[in-house]
Amino acid sequence: MNIFVLMKRTFDTEEKIVINDGVVDEEGAEFIINPYDEYAIEEAIVLRDEHGGEVTVVTVGDEEAEKELRTALAMGADKAVLIDMEDFDEEIDHFTVAEALTAYLKEQDYDIILGGNVAVDDGAGQVAPRVAEGLGINQVTTITGIQVDGEKVEIERDVEGDVEKIETSLPLLVTCQQGLNEPRYPSLPGIMKAKKKPLDTLDIDDLDLDEEEIAAKTKTLDKYLPPEKGAGKVLEGEIDEQVNELVSLLKNEAKVI
Amino acid sequence: MDFELTNEQKMTRDMVREFAEQEIAPHAREWDEKAIFPEETFKQMGELGLLGIPFPEKYGGSGGDTISYALAVEEIGKACGGTGLSYAAAVSLGASPIYYFGTEEQKEEHLVPLASGKALGSFGLTEPNAGSDAGGTQTKAYLDGDEYVINGEKCWITNAQYARTVIVTAVTGKTEKGKNIISAFIVPTDTPGFKITSPYDKMGVRASNTSELILEDVRVPKENILGDPKKGFSQFLYTLDGGRISIAALAVGIAQAAFNKALAYAKERKQFGQPISSFQAIQFKLADMAMEIELARNMVLKAAWLKDNDKPFTKESAFAKLYASEMATRVCNQALQIHGGYGYMKEYEVERMLRDTKLMEIGEGTSEIQRLVIARQLGC
Repeated sequence: MNIFVLMKRTFDTEEKIVINDGVVDEEGAEFIINPYDEYAIEEAIVLRDEHGGEVTVVTVGDEEAEKELRTALAMGADKAVLIDMEDFDEEIDHFTVAEALTAYLKEQDYDIILGGNVAVDDGAGQVAPRVAEGLGINQVTTITGIQVDGEKVEIERDVEGDVEKIETSLPLLVTCQQGLNEPRYPSLPGIMKAKKKPLDTLDIDDLDLDEEEIAAKTKTLDKYLPPEKGAGKVLEGEIDEQVNELVSLLKNEAKVI
Repeated sequence: MDFELTNEQKMTRDMVREFAEQEIAPHAREWDEKAIFPEETFKQMGELGLLGIPFPEKYGGSGGDTISYALAVEEIGKACGGTGLSYAAAVSLGASPIYYFGTEEQKEEHLVPLASGKALGSFGLTEPNAGSDAGGTQTKAYLDGDEYVINGEKCWITNAQYARTVIVTAVTGKTEKGKNIISAFIVPTDTPGFKITSPYDKMGVRASNTSELILEDVRVPKENILGDPKKGFSQFLYTLDGGRISIAALAVGIAQAAFNKALAYAKERKQFGQPISSFQAIQFKLADMAMEIELARNMVLKAAWLKDNDKPFTKESAFAKLYASEMATRVCNQALQIHGGYGYMKEYEVERMLRDTKLMEIGEGTSEIQRLVIARQLGC
């Protein structure tokens, strides 16, 4: 089975994030594999171990992403591909990334493509579904379980906390949700072996794409941190009074009822 | 000059950091309180290849370098000093001597299980009457046919109760000048007459197993002698040179953990209407702590780099161990002070770090011995 994983390098949202002039300060940020993409990598490795074949991890970014690609190789992926945007002069958005991935995957022989449900940095969840559309293949998002049997695929999908069971067929693109698996730690021998595994770098020209045609379709006007959490309010008095006050606050101040 | 870690070194550090944060740190307080040796955690570490970082793949190791190993010790020490100590001892003292001095057969039989993480190793040097003066070893071994017979007593031996083998040093004769000839033996822990107990109630590093060994007519095949029979003394000096790098890395880890807690606390804790981190009295402490930690880390990495590049590192590893261990006690002490009354409470964990790190000034050569080692390197 030919398995591809779409991976994004993101800053670690559990660390402190600083925004200067609408841009996330990369100096102080810690970078990681998007946690949802880790589920995708793990599931890809499990599928390969069960059905044979190869796992290729693909990312769109710059050479900084090599460390995250190597980490995926250390976890057990077989090959990595970096679509390098270093020399891309136009703005980049989800459209651009999806076009680049689609152009790459069109030339590949794939059975299943896995991605994260969303990236933790912008939480758009755009790229993987766009790639599936671009390739014209089936797609199922936010999966929490998958069984492949020949061409037949049985999937459990998270629907706002409920489970939806879906039967579909290869070729297929899925996006992975928390609960699908527990991603493994890359082992030390894995880290050492990763050094010797193939990591290919391509650019837009290699993919026969035109910069202007895939330039961003959206424009980011501003980026800012959420407002700091204000102090809470402790109500006082008899329970009846407190309930009345709470209802009136919810109605008049918070305007939620 | 290049201060950049390689991708493999960064990946190792990141992986161990995540592992330690998830699997070790949440239990550190309980392991300390109940003096629990985390056997299961060591199995996991073995599976991840952590116990074999600096050994080649053909001996079951991971084929990494001393720098990666030092980074791993630091990360584990950040989560739990006791676990860090047992980890450092298993690799630097239990397994390394077999790698440095063992025959091909000894490596196959005794290094592979340790490097591949299937078993732990231990190193029995210290005796009730031979601590810093290891030349004063009283344990004796004599050849009887094809076997050595060992008799004696060892104390404060890390990991022995959970180990597959202990490397035991013993006197095998005297030189013409009347000095003891010391040899090292690989002794499987299930050998008859080898009694291992853990009677100690320690101040810190309580998650680490510390054992007493009693050897009564313990017989090992003569092939179990490790390295040159006459050079046991210089062999363990070399082993300890390497061990110092890991103890220094461990001290850096403990200090970093205490500093992280102190900095976070200082930013949160309000007195006189402002966070205490806005007071210069606290700022100056934090500035000194951060600086000293980084200086110690640089020394650790330099010593590790020298070792990886086959250059002499005796002096530098003593620098690293001496400075890092004394630094860590200062840093943990100040971290506790910044926490005030809360720091004195176990819940805040800095008091454990202070208790844990005190050992770094004592184990694997006291600070006084480090100064002697350095002075000797200076030609005194």
